[in-house]
Amino acid sequence: MSNDPHIVMRDVYKSFGSKTVLKGVNLEVERGKSLVVIGGSGSGKSVTLKCILGLLTPDSGSIKINGQEVVGLKGAKRDDLLSHMGMLFQGAALFDSLPVWENVAFGLLQRHHLERQKAREIAIEKLAEVGLGPEIAELSPSELSGGMQKRVGLARAIATDPDIIFFDEPTTGLDPIMGDVINDLIVTCVEHVGATAVSITHDMASARKIGDKIAMIYQGEIIWHGDAEDIDESGNPYVEQFIHGDADGPIQLETLTP
Amino acid sequence: MNLLALIGRMVMSVFADVGRLSLFTKDAVLHTFLPPTYGRLILQQMMKIGYNSLPVVGLTAFFTGGALALQIYIGGSRFNAESLVSSIVALGITRELGPVIASLMVAGRVSAAIAAEIGTMRVTEQIDALTTLATNPFKYLVAPRLIAGVVTLPLLVVIADTIGIMGGYVVGTKSLGFNPASYIKNTVDFIELSDVFSGLAKSAVFGFIIALMGCYHGYYSQGGAQGVGRATTNAVVTASILILAANYVLTSLLFTE
Repeated sequence: MSNDPHIVMRDVYKSFGSKTVLKGVNLEVERGKSLVVIGGSGSGKSVTLKCILGLLTPDSGSIKINGQEVVGLKGAKRDDLLSHMGMLFQGAALFDSLPVWENVAFGLLQRHHLERQKAREIAIEKLAEVGLGPEIAELSPSELSGGMQKRVGLARAIATDPDIIFFDEPTTGLDPIMGDVINDLIVTCVEHVGATAVSITHDMASARKIGDKIAMIYQGEIIWHGDAEDIDESGNPYVEQFIHGDADGPIQLETLTP
Repeated sequence: MNLLALIGRMVMSVFADVGRLSLFTKDAVLHTFLPPTYGRLILQQMMKIGYNSLPVVGLTAFFTGGALALQIYIGGSRFNAESLVSSIVALGITRELGPVIASLMVAGRVSAAIAAEIGTMRVTEQIDALTTLATNPFKYLVAPRLIAGVVTLPLLVVIADTIGIMGGYVVGTKSLGFNPASYIKNTVDFIELSDVFSGLAKSAVFGFIIALMGCYHGYYSQGGAQGVGRATTNAVVTASILILAANYVLTSLLFTE
């Protein structure tokens, strides 16, 4: 297997109207490793993830996956690239109109054209991997708790054994225990699938648990990048303020003055 | 100065909306004709748009036919033309009222439902999820609804025409004293196939408009629950206005000698 980075972002800029959200993001993700991007609300985490996935097109810069330039990739080539990726959305983003098993098997049915019976069997296996029994397979997503929806979302993300899995705020909205359960599942599933993982979060407990590497984004730029175990000795005042959750420090929240 | 800026912004906004709708329509039509085609989804949408709209379309058509019979009888009596009730009810329903009334009722029901469903999918990231699962939202969400709208509306209008004429028949024979046999004979003798087919052609266009407006406003909805509510209202309003505008254009094309 190649030692080249799996994902490389170079000088990626993205603006919405007059607001520049990404100001030259540079990032590398090694193959088979888990990178967590941390940062406050509005710092550009989600936009970074959406640019890699192709949900947003950068204004300039380069994003390479497996050495292939993906900015501007469209149609069948984009679909082919996406079929090797999985994504766990912040709110799970399960399809209301489909039962749980069809949500999990969606990629297998639509992209890999598996027979429904075979796809259902795989979906139930994947549900078991995230700790859910076959009895929920026929339920509607709306009948599940938030934690269970996240697990189903995780099962969907790993269903096609992707090369890269993205996690968007995987523990947001969950109680600490369920958050930790999801973190453990992410670690186990990513190891089991052998995928490269990219997560974004502002939950430091989650970042420490699921990340081999951590990068911090602030005002659209990566201001620190290193091994997860080195983050406490980063020497970067922005990172230190963020990981300790201090109100005082170089990061000033935008507040409305009366 | 501010007034000029305001007018300028409004004009720019209108052009931007027209451009966005044109591009959306182009992509929607393109993906409707390109594979893959989701047969199950098309059938599901046909049930939602067609079968579930039958009660509201049927009732509306019945009462419209009845009211039309009464109006023509009262108006016609001023110049001894009461006997034309059956013929004019048939003509009015098949050419104009059947397609337009049915389409407006379906626009209220279906455009809103489509916009709400797709809008909710947008704000809950389900459309992004579709994309990341290598499934084109235009093929999976928009194309089945467009096909179902174009196919189902003419079928609904056939039923609306039949029930509307029946409404006129019930009022004509039970309330206005027409002979049932001669009422039916006059209807059948007077009506031509071209009257029915012109109404059906119009309704296929109206079906396209209904589905397109629901999909378009839902697809571009933003801003949470309020945005979905706005998309729903806009879908119904624009679909209704476009149906009436298209009706005028199509009527002038189809019926002008």
